[in-house]
Amino acid sequence: MSEIFHIKSYCNIKNQTVSVNGELLFSDNAEDFPAFIKKVYNFFKTDYSKFFKMDNLSKLAFLAADILLKNEGLNEEENNIALVFSNKASSLDTDRKHQAAIENEEEYFPSPAVFVYTLPNICLGEISIKHRLYSENSFFIFDRFNAEHIQLYANSLLRNKKAEKVLCGWVDFDENSYDAFLYLVEKEGKIEHKTEEITRLYNTL
Amino acid sequence: MTKTFLSYNNIFSNLGFDSETVVENISRGNSGLEKFNDPSLLPEPFCASIISSEKVENEFNKIGTASKYTKLEQMMILSLKRVVDASTVSLDEKVGLIISTTKGNIDVLEKESNFPESRAYLSELGKTIQNYFGFKNEAIVLSNACVSGVLAISAAKRFISEGKYDHVFITSGDLVSKFILSGFNSFQALSAEPCKPYDKNRVGINLGEVAASILVTSSTENLPKEAVEIYGDATCNDANHISGPSRTGEGLFRSVKSALKEANLDASQIDYISAHGTATPFNDEMEAIAFSRLEMEDVPLNSLKGYFGHTLGASGLLETIVGMCFMEKNILFSSKGFSDLGVSKGINIIKDNTSKKMQIFLKTASGFGGCNTAVILRKANN
Repeated sequence: MSEIFHIKSYCNIKNQTVSVNGELLFSDNAEDFPAFIKKVYNFFKTDYSKFFKMDNLSKLAFLAADILLKNEGLNEEENNIALVFSNKASSLDTDRKHQAAIENEEEYFPSPAVFVYTLPNICLGEISIKHRLYSENSFFIFDRFNAEHIQLYANSLLRNKKAEKVLCGWVDFDENSYDAFLYLVEKEGKIEHKTEEITRLYNTL
Repeated sequence: MTKTFLSYNNIFSNLGFDSETVVENISRGNSGLEKFNDPSLLPEPFCASIISSEKVENEFNKIGTASKYTKLEQMMILSLKRVVDASTVSLDEKVGLIISTTKGNIDVLEKESNFPESRAYLSELGKTIQNYFGFKNEAIVLSNACVSGVLAISAAKRFISEGKYDHVFITSGDLVSKFILSGFNSFQALSAEPCKPYDKNRVGINLGEVAASILVTSSTENLPKEAVEIYGDATCNDANHISGPSRTGEGLFRSVKSALKEANLDASQIDYISAHGTATPFNDEMEAIAFSRLEMEDVPLNSLKGYFGHTLGASGLLETIVGMCFMEKNILFSSKGFSDLGVSKGINIIKDNTSKKMQIFLKTASGFGGCNTAVILRKANN
């Protein structure tokens, strides 16, 4: 039980800003999330056409992960990085869209392209496809960011050699309000992987 | 390393309100699937396993006021209450609560719902269950598509092994709602007839609703006769497609490999596989390929979807509990709906109920988002 893990890097996307390791890299005054996230996509020179089919939650989670992982020198074939994500609103933003498409008999038109995103863990699938992660994924729902449980879960995966690294955090999208905080946990790093530090990094900006 | 066990359990379904009755029904070949023609749920006829709301309410009114709770909450509370009562575990700081569901109270989004939209938040569902029983810890909700039920077992084990809890209660459930039926139907994935997992005439899935609950514990004391030890578990992503399974069964193959490695077992030591078997052409074929790659073609295997339909976030836990009961009885139960092999690899689907001395079984599940899980369980009482 003595093994100690570290936070190697972290990314926050909220309040029209993107920052990595506490450094503000991008800000924009776009009020509307789809416009804002498209600007983020362009600013970080993301070249991935599947992005435009994603729902809001997946776009948010995908870019936060991509901004972090693109600097990690990942293997092109496969990477053993587990994903342990959480949020409050699950996939409710897209759930409401699917519900609107089935609410009235006269306008009944459910779409598989919308329905598939009515699960919060779809964003984990999107990230896994892009970064070749054949690894552990879990999506938890809490009333607010629960650093303790995510920390315990990540430690368990690392100690039991289920993963070499764990990308953890909070990605929430609800009624045009968004909040993403992802951090990469591994053996090496400057910040100790403990609840107080995780909470501090989450609340930094 | 802390040992963890699956202990007291309950299945609340239209095949019965406790695990024993449900398993007795399966042993007689009874299925909970029925054909429905209800335009308020789906514009066309469908086949599903649904528990009448009236029966659930009548049952709930024996222990509380049904009108204060949604149908799913009533089912989960009724199911979990039987487990909490049987276990005699007192709900102190070292007892956790995990809720496994894909859509929770999604039906409150319907215009005619009597409940506010806020009830659709899964953390609200967690709070409702937590408060009913008076758990000291915040409910942990796991929502990871159709693998949630199996993954909840892994999560409970992991929180116990990290020393956070001594015992974790899991309750799982999903409803057959207009939301879910319309979505699966838009994928053209539904079968209007009872489903036929692995059969050459399979055309798709049936949905089902159930609540299933279990106690996961580090204590070897007071285990019921069907208790099992968690020997190994893993979850792996296909990294291939968000709504279709991998053609090579990559994630499932890797999850089983990883679980076997942790259990320090090889494939030949598995006595029985309780597989996912949704009866869609792609899923069943993917599983056959994965089990063939794992050299598990001869291991007796079934899908329980022909008895319950696909119960989404509950399915993995439901089917694990049924597997525990099968193993305790040393009987392999038939894979309902199967008659002629319709996958490209020669896997060993159980056609008739057969006696077999069993020690270890494997439970697997796969779901949207490319997720796959495996858990290996061994009899706790020999």
